[in-house]
Amino acid sequence: MAWFKRSEKNIKNDGHRNMPDGLWTKAPNGNVIYKKELEENLYTDPSSDHHFRISVKEYVGIIFDEGTFKETHKKVRSADPLEFEDTKAYKDRLKVAYEKSDSSDALTTGYGKINGKKASFACMNFDFIGGSMGSVVGEKFVRATQYAIKNKCPLIVISASGGARMQEAVISLMQMAKTSVALAQLDDAGLPFISILSDPTTGGVSASFAMLGDVIIAEPGALIGFAGPRVIEQTIKRKLPEGFQTSEFLLEHGFVDMIVHRKQLKEELTKIIDWFGF
Amino acid sequence: MANNFTLDFEKPIIELEDKIAEMKQLGEELDIEQDIASLEKKVDTLKRNIYAGLTRWQRVQIARHPERPITSDYLENTFDSFVELHGDRKFRDDAAIMGGMATIGEHQVMFVGHQKGRDTKSNILRNFGMPNPEGYRKALRLFKLAEKFNRPIVCFLDTPGAYPGMEAEERGQAEAIADNLIKMAQLKVPIIVVVIGEGASGGALGIGIGDRVLMLENAWYSVIAPESCSSILWKTWDFKEQAAEALKLTAPDLKEHNIIDDIIKEPLGGAHKNPDDMFAIMRRTLLKELKLFKKYDPKKLIEERHEKFLNMGVWEE
Repeated sequence: MAWFKRSEKNIKNDGHRNMPDGLWTKAPNGNVIYKKELEENLYTDPSSDHHFRISVKEYVGIIFDEGTFKETHKKVRSADPLEFEDTKAYKDRLKVAYEKSDSSDALTTGYGKINGKKASFACMNFDFIGGSMGSVVGEKFVRATQYAIKNKCPLIVISASGGARMQEAVISLMQMAKTSVALAQLDDAGLPFISILSDPTTGGVSASFAMLGDVIIAEPGALIGFAGPRVIEQTIKRKLPEGFQTSEFLLEHGFVDMIVHRKQLKEELTKIIDWFGF
Repeated sequence: MANNFTLDFEKPIIELEDKIAEMKQLGEELDIEQDIASLEKKVDTLKRNIYAGLTRWQRVQIARHPERPITSDYLENTFDSFVELHGDRKFRDDAAIMGGMATIGEHQVMFVGHQKGRDTKSNILRNFGMPNPEGYRKALRLFKLAEKFNRPIVCFLDTPGAYPGMEAEERGQAEAIADNLIKMAQLKVPIIVVVIGEGASGGALGIGIGDRVLMLENAWYSVIAPESCSSILWKTWDFKEQAAEALKLTAPDLKEHNIIDDIIKEPLGGAHKNPDDMFAIMRRTLLKELKLFKKYDPKKLIEERHEKFLNMGVWEE
């Protein structure tokens, strides 16, 4: 036994690591990847195709033509309508989240060009209070939809969310309705919505806009579902089988159109946008 | 009389009421009419005080009271007729959501509501009012039927949540709820939604997009049940009272934040104290609401429905 003892209980690994920032990193299968190789592989592990969680900035770099992306509505911020307080005040949780993340909430919106074709874009930040959907996410989502309608272009949204933002209680629940209503308007305008599901997409986000894509793309190995695995295990009182609620599982059950590796994402998006006639 | 279902805060009332009943029996021999009258006044004041000062958690308890009227009770007692329609035509019939052709007064409506059970057996059949995807898909089938034949829709919400089971995930619980949200937003007929008991999260909202959203005085409606909220944010189930307070999940809270259009008053002490009165109030309310939509322009109806939900949310800029 080693002279030091590692405290196992403090080490958490849910299989999906956030984007590594060191010189090298390890994939869940143990493979060591150097920073440069990782960047070249768009933050995926070449040995296992494991997709690391990445931020909006990286997605923008992967999808959009260089220098074409413009972020919008950066100043929309949460107002803590219910003055929610649990073990910590929501206001303080927000403060920490602002410090940790360079975004104003769990959704970044904007527009840009994908191989020359204009698209309205929204991308969730899992780092910001678990990518939870509150008023700001709902409002910015609506605005991204309205941008698509006004500019007659497709809407592309990347989800990464644990669900609704509990600290906004019923108001966050209503964001499921609000975002779906916005998509109803996009539908009426005859414009396409391409929904990309990254790890994880669960709860109120999966049960609203994320599952409403005209085309739904999942990243390999992402956790996608309504209830979280822990809640299901508590309900059924047994362990879930390996691979339950993964992208591959959803593809097999007919709930996503395709699984696309990050390296092929831009190419696939271009083909889809072309097919829609843009 | 006190029974197994007496809630803690109801005990002083029940004790006094028992005492009055006892005295009334004795009263036939003794002259204590005055005493009885004064006690009755006392119990009346006590009731008013207790029920006016209910905490949010106490309201949650009333909303879950085992004797509180459930969807099927309203169907029997507020509507004039009901023809139940079963199944989603895809997989199977989900007993946690009940729907069909209902008549109330001069109105023919499509009725869809969560259905809980009354006892263990019926609760197992109804899955405690927790729908599977096929429940939401049945609801959607009935909504479409209503649209085709130009009938308004009435939805009753009363669920502890969509069922978080393995098969529910396999059959696309998230997709089923999401699909209802967008399709309800586009329906060309009026939709009246009433939260009659528990309105828990996406499982409730899945049949809850409406032109008018009403809530019974002691119902609750939120993104999560207080116990689950406690377990996530406090890491223990013990803070349900605090969680209920923080969630601001009562009808007056929701009215204040413009999430619902109106509160439906319940008989003093809650719907279970006087179900007949409750059914009468519900009937009056539904007739009044349906009258609002006697004439409507479908395009305007949908526009206003969209506007209503697009306006929900509070942010700074």
